[in-house]
Amino acid sequence: MIELLAATTSSLTSIPLGITQEGNWFLQNAWLIPLIPALSFVGILFFGKRLPRGGSELGIAALLAVFLLSICTGFAWMDHRDNFHGEEISQTIINGEHGEHGEHGEHGEHGEHGEHGEHGEHGEPSLAVVNTATWFVTGGVEFSVGTLVDGPAVMMLFVVTLVSLLVHIYSTDYVAGDRRFTHFFAFLSLFSASMLLLVISENTLQLLVSWELVGLCSFALIGHWWEEKDNSNAALKAFLTNRVGDMGLLIGVTILFFASGEMIPDSFGSFSIATTNTLASSGLLSHSTLLIAACCLMAAVMSKSGQFFLHTWLPDAMAGPTPVSALIHAATMVVAGVFMIARLYGVFFEGFSIGGSSINLMALVGGFTTLVGACLAFVQRDIKKVLAYSTISQLGYMVMALGVGAWTAAMFHLFTHAFFKACLFLGSGSVAHSVHSFDMKSDMGGLRKVMPQTYRTFIIGSIALAGLPPFAGFWSKDEILVGTGGWGIMGGTNGNGSYTFMLVMGMITAALTAAYMTRCVYLTFFGEFRGHGNPHESGPRITIPLWILAVLAVFAGFLNLPKGFQLVPESLQERFGHYVEPVAGYFPKISHATPSWSLAIISTIIVVAGISLAWNYYFVKVEKASKESGQSLTELPDGLTTRLTIARMGHTLLVNKYYLDHLYTGIITRAVKEPIAELTYRSNQEILDRTVDTVGRTAVRVGQLNYHKIDQKIVDGFVNASGRISSDSGEELRKIQSGKVQSYAAILFAAATILAGLLIVIV
Amino acid sequence: MDNLLDSWGLTVATFSPLVGALVMFLIPKEKEYEHKIIALVTSLWVAFVGFMLLIWFDLDATEKLQYVVDKSWIDAIHSRYVVGLDGISLPLLLLTVLIVPLCIVYSWNHFPDPKNPKTFLILILVLETGMIGTFVAQDMVLFFVFFEVVLLPMFFMIAVWGGPNRKYASLKFFLYTLFGSALMLVSFLSLFFLTGAESFVFSEIADNVVAHTVSRTAQLWIFGGMFLGFGIKVPMFPFHTWLPDAHTEAPTVGSVILAAVLLKLGTYGFVRIAIPLLPDAAVEWAPWIGLLAVIGIIYGAFCCLAQTDMKRLIAFSSVAHMGFVMLGISTLTDFGINAAIMGMVAHGLITGMLFFLAGSMKERYHTLEIKRLGGLLVQAPKMGWILGFCAMASLGLPGLAGFWGEFPAILSAYNPANGLPVETFRTFMVIAALGTVLAAGYLLWLLQRSAFGTPKEEFAEDPNIYDTTKTEWIAWAPLLALILAIGIYPNLVFRATDAAVDASLTPCLTIDADKSTHEEIESAHCSEVYGLSDHGPDDHTASKG
Repeated sequence: MIELLAATTSSLTSIPLGITQEGNWFLQNAWLIPLIPALSFVGILFFGKRLPRGGSELGIAALLAVFLLSICTGFAWMDHRDNFHGEEISQTIINGEHGEHGEHGEHGEHGEHGEHGEHGEHGEPSLAVVNTATWFVTGGVEFSVGTLVDGPAVMMLFVVTLVSLLVHIYSTDYVAGDRRFTHFFAFLSLFSASMLLLVISENTLQLLVSWELVGLCSFALIGHWWEEKDNSNAALKAFLTNRVGDMGLLIGVTILFFASGEMIPDSFGSFSIATTNTLASSGLLSHSTLLIAACCLMAAVMSKSGQFFLHTWLPDAMAGPTPVSALIHAATMVVAGVFMIARLYGVFFEGFSIGGSSINLMALVGGFTTLVGACLAFVQRDIKKVLAYSTISQLGYMVMALGVGAWTAAMFHLFTHAFFKACLFLGSGSVAHSVHSFDMKSDMGGLRKVMPQTYRTFIIGSIALAGLPPFAGFWSKDEILVGTGGWGIMGGTNGNGSYTFMLVMGMITAALTAAYMTRCVYLTFFGEFRGHGNPHESGPRITIPLWILAVLAVFAGFLNLPKGFQLVPESLQERFGHYVEPVAGYFPKISHATPSWSLAIISTIIVVAGISLAWNYYFVKVEKASKESGQSLTELPDGLTTRLTIARMGHTLLVNKYYLDHLYTGIITRAVKEPIAELTYRSNQEILDRTVDTVGRTAVRVGQLNYHKIDQKIVDGFVNASGRISSDSGEELRKIQSGKVQSYAAILFAAATILAGLLIVIV
Repeated sequence: MDNLLDSWGLTVATFSPLVGALVMFLIPKEKEYEHKIIALVTSLWVAFVGFMLLIWFDLDATEKLQYVVDKSWIDAIHSRYVVGLDGISLPLLLLTVLIVPLCIVYSWNHFPDPKNPKTFLILILVLETGMIGTFVAQDMVLFFVFFEVVLLPMFFMIAVWGGPNRKYASLKFFLYTLFGSALMLVSFLSLFFLTGAESFVFSEIADNVVAHTVSRTAQLWIFGGMFLGFGIKVPMFPFHTWLPDAHTEAPTVGSVILAAVLLKLGTYGFVRIAIPLLPDAAVEWAPWIGLLAVIGIIYGAFCCLAQTDMKRLIAFSSVAHMGFVMLGISTLTDFGINAAIMGMVAHGLITGMLFFLAGSMKERYHTLEIKRLGGLLVQAPKMGWILGFCAMASLGLPGLAGFWGEFPAILSAYNPANGLPVETFRTFMVIAALGTVLAAGYLLWLLQRSAFGTPKEEFAEDPNIYDTTKTEWIAWAPLLALILAIGIYPNLVFRATDAAVDASLTPCLTIDADKSTHEEIESAHCSEVYGLSDHGPDDHTASKG
């Protein structure tokens, strides 16, 4: 037995992590990127009000600087990805009884970093550049802070800095003259800093810290106009819902910390993302541990990335200023959950057994969310709410993609979605800026004539979102559908499994998305103007960012043309995937689906069908009814909901958001706030406190009784414990009290001595 | 300088406040200004000594007692005057010497009724002696004396300068904690007699516990006595009922000192005395301590949600926060106890700050009834911001000090020390994590109702509601800066505590059974309490499988 133990514990092996410490200057010094906006936050906070433009110039300068830095980092990474031949870092691990499994767990394949000859399905290895410094030491374990720069990190740096920069510029016009202009820009800077810190986090602890910091900024910016109760309610709801999910994050991170620690000699835990992922991907961590950790982390994803059933905060978050909705609640922060899955993909891939299965929790949550969100988008009057539910739906797409193993597709969709959704949100802001309302039904309509720039960019964004070729959304959505594995009739696509169910959900959502965006476009830009005043086109600081995003919404899709797409040379295919997807020890071995023409054609037909149906209803029927009635209608007077009971019921269900808000706010929160808290407090006062009082009083009574009988002279010392002291003056009180206190003390110490004696005698 | 500090530093730090108090005692009550100056100078002097102690402290050997003075004191009862400072005491000592001058500055212009700055300040200084003494004492009797010295000044502070229900609250505070102290004394005495030690010095008692093997039952009972004594002071559920009353009735400065330092005496007692001296008993008691800790977390949070008074809400939040500290302690791991000390410091800074804020708001609104507050950010924006900052810190936002007390405590509960039931502690972990959600709930609701929105009609035009004053800034700025600094760089605290905590735990608790060979485990000579002897290869497999 002893020999066996010795054998299992003493053998140490090392496992390559797929990371390196070398790399060029930009990759080594990525920590500057979050630091600059952080400094700008401090600067704006303390000096912003004194600056001529209220601090906005500081924010814009900082963002411009980090945007340029991010671009440089991006190019540096591309060079590094293709030409780097440096040394790979390995982690020494305890090679226990899992050793054999680990051996053929095919991590050895990339172990020898010198071998660049192999061009398998996964291509040449890409070594992430890691740079760490000690943050603190507790329990003898060193906790580090650092940067992990690899494909997904570089991609996110680009997206975050670009959208943030555009939103900064847009905001100088949009929130001009606001009562808290400076405060707004300060928090935009803090948000950018936290988000950038999040995407280059080297370890899960750092991830957790920045994760909560972006939540704080979201809270502060949703509640920007906190004078109104509704806004502060929305802010609280966002923060508290996210806290519920964060519980999962806290626990999940803890589990992974100790799970990886078990494999590392001389340490009981590790937060390192690379180490954890490597151990998970190579099958060295137990499956059940990973499953539990993945489920916990999933809760965090559900709250942060608005997945069903923790999504309810996201539509309410639209109470914040529109640029915030575009930046935080569409393009960047809400994808933090998706990014976290992508970051810890080894854990999720193994934990949920994504490869070779046909259903799992993540794919299911994502798939369900896309449908739920898309349905809700149909019944909204508020243009921002349409977009918010659309965001939920698209985030569901991304999570579903990760759930079926289509990692690159998910990241690519995140990338394209950031542009077209930011474009749409900023467009809706531009509209609202001129009509002073977000209500499509009562205050919009016919705006295409007066706001041509906004109209055009909004249309481009909508088509990209709906996913018509060749706009960006088409390519990324198509990759996700391909990634599900397809189904028999259309030829399997050799994905990680056969997630037919997810494919169906994705297809239905595609149709729904096309339809609700058609509705939204009609209600906003077509028909006759239903609002008041004279709407006008917004200024250049609003329209220029819109056009930049619109251009990206058209062209971003070409970055990842599918492999085997005959119309372009091979060197232009899958560029995004090549540079973004890690091929390294810390990333699981996923298989890639083969693109399929038939799937692309079918999905396009479905999208066109969705548009046509909505077109037929709004652009034909409603338009006709409007002309007949002489006013600008928003729906048919005798539509389905008035004619069919079941349709009306469905509509009511949607309008009430599946009654989830009633459940959370009306039942759960109220139960906690009122009966449960009251009951606890009541029991505190009536049971615990009363016991103490009773004990005190009884003791005093017993004492009084004794002293009365034993010695009449000492009676005065004891008074009722509740205290019947007549004087308020300090000096007098002091005399009385101290006299009493002395007696108490004397008695207690006497008792203590006796008790001590007893204890010694007894035990 | 170095030498002087070595032999006199701690003694000077401990007794200077007493000297200051004596001087003030001789000056007539009418000379208020002189009193304030003397008190401030004394406390600043102590803070300076504390700072020098930090400068000359050898941070590479925090596990060693430094500045040790060992003199005979009361020979008749074998008690010695032994003081020393190690990494566990250092952060708490510094917290104390920081808080006291800030309290004196804060009360500069507004002493609560019935005024009388002389007595008030004397009491604060006496308190300071007691608090510092407790943190540096290395002898049980000395520790006990200082521990008790603290009681009286606080009692008077509440009883004389407190709110309407002050008599009840002060007496309850006094008797309840005295009751605990009595049991603690019983434990100290019996431990001394049972071990047959030559003195009450901690290290000697500890050696004797190991050598003379005090019977298991006796150890358990003795630990139980200490548990009650320290647990009441912490306060742990269900012994916490004195706390909300004491806090609610105490004057602002009293609440601040109570929250910032006094509650830590209890947790410090666990870390300094109960666990290092009786590790075997600690293992048996730990699950129960952990259970009470997590009940306290949830229970305190629920009570907070039911409060209608801001100050009382903050008081109950202390119950919840100290629950996290006790959870960290109950894991008996280096990691958990480090988290606990961090939690103590963070809670001291943050809750102290919250009580300051409550005091200042009370001064402006003349009420702390949450219903009537609102729109603080409109009328006093800076103060509103500070309240928001402190609420965020208190709910454990990463980047601020509170987080480093909470999260590591949760983390440590996942993997408690040898001999503790792992599943139980993991359940505790989940419950504690739930507590973070509730904490966000009550703090943000408080923030929403008091700071957001528009001011209520009755206060809308009130000129009394002015923004933060200069005195307030002076008193608060150091606390705010420290909350942020520790939040960003937690090593400020961990650097001091880590080695010291590790040294205070027996190897039996800390040895990694999974990775050590059988021989290594054997050589540690651990009794069966730790469940190490049956850690064969089978367990090794099971733990990973």
